[in-house]
Amino acid sequence: MKKHDSYWRILSTVYKKDCVLAFRQRSEIINPLLFFLIVITLFPLGIGPEPQLLARMAPGIIWVAALLSTMLGLDKMFREDFNDGSLEQLLLSPFPNTLIVFAKIAAHWTITGLPLIIMAPMFAMLLNLDSTAWNATILTLAIGTPLLSLIGAIGAALTVGLQKGGVLLSLLVLPLYIPVLIFATSAIDTSAMSLDYSGQLAILGAMLAVAIVSAPFAVSSALKVSVS
Amino acid sequence: MWKWLHPYAKTQKAYQLCNTFMPYFAVITIVCFAVGWVWGLAFAPADYQQKDSYRIIFIHVPSAIMSMGAYSSMAIAAFIAMVWQLRNAELAVIAIAPVGAAVTAIALITGAAWGKPMWGAWWVWDARLTSELILLFLYLGVIALYHSFEDKAAAGKASCILALVGVVNLPIIHFSVEWWNTLHQGATITKFDGSAIHPSMFWPLMINIVAFVGVIGWVTLIRLKNEIIQREKHRPWVRELVSGGKNAV
Repeated sequence: MKKHDSYWRILSTVYKKDCVLAFRQRSEIINPLLFFLIVITLFPLGIGPEPQLLARMAPGIIWVAALLSTMLGLDKMFREDFNDGSLEQLLLSPFPNTLIVFAKIAAHWTITGLPLIIMAPMFAMLLNLDSTAWNATILTLAIGTPLLSLIGAIGAALTVGLQKGGVLLSLLVLPLYIPVLIFATSAIDTSAMSLDYSGQLAILGAMLAVAIVSAPFAVSSALKVSVS
Repeated sequence: MWKWLHPYAKTQKAYQLCNTFMPYFAVITIVCFAVGWVWGLAFAPADYQQKDSYRIIFIHVPSAIMSMGAYSSMAIAAFIAMVWQLRNAELAVIAIAPVGAAVTAIALITGAAWGKPMWGAWWVWDARLTSELILLFLYLGVIALYHSFEDKAAAGKASCILALVGVVNLPIIHFSVEWWNTLHQGATITKFDGSAIHPSMFWPLMINIVAFVGVIGWVTLIRLKNEIIQREKHRPWVRELVSGGKNAV
């Protein structure tokens, strides 16, 4: 068998396994979405229902809620495989660890990021965000959520060997999320003023490109530390 | 060419090296703090606008500069530990992290104390303040990660990875915060222009920066020695050292 065939196969096998496991256990997909919805419901109750105010704050609220709801699934990314030992077997396999790690990150994004993107217009509507900004909301989420999964995977890999990694994980990962938050919200803000927001999207895209190339290496070396 | 470095991979040699360096750092620290503080706080002329309250600059600016310096030296140590698998470099990362966090906290607290009389607020979401705060979070992350591992060898490696990830992100965070700030509220405060400062204030400031370098080096060496002893407590030379034997290092 040709080598790149087998590379592709390990990528798709790991990806499919993670996705199937998540779909069998639907709470893993639905719970982050519900969490996202509840966080968004809390904001109007907390700051008041004036449409103007909500529209002004909507980009920030949507993105902070997105950061928090992707945090929910992060801890699970490697935890179950680590506990039943299959993570160790995967790392011992002759395939590059970065490839396996990348497949797992992609699966995590499919489970937590993709549903958010699909539901985003509804959340934007709930917060009275102008319809001109819906495109920007979806685009920033489409570029930004993979970035969140990639950066978050580093934290998840570092804490997978620990018993109570959850709180620590947020301390490690949230500061690294700040640039994504800044550029994504400013893109939505700019588009709500019907100005050109391609600059912010380009920067987000650049960060995504760098993260896709470099994050799997950091994750696989962190996993080696955690597993050993 | 690198031959002279090899012995220091051994913890005992590194411990001895710490002992050799410590007096120099101690002297630099004590002399520079004595000169810098007395000159800066008592003899340097008062600012025509801020009067005497500007004098906190002699603590605030050196600590702010060295908070970044300590992070970069921590990241260099982490890089060395990851690439050449030197355990001493791992220990150095752990030794620097709390010192750097303390210096960052000093910069934030003195900044708040300076901000209250000057800007009328303890805290404003200025770009520099925000990135300094995030720097503190990154330090705290490294420290928290290290302390949550039972196995200290794994803890050292994990902290090294996090320190390296942090140093890649630090410039991105810094520039994004700067960009965010100018976007939202425009340029508000420029603290002071480095080149426009008068020599009578510049020299005590420089001496204080050197003093901060000294104190960071000094405390780091003490912490590094402690880490080495803790990690190597099963070795004969450490036992001899602790029991105060004659052939102790």
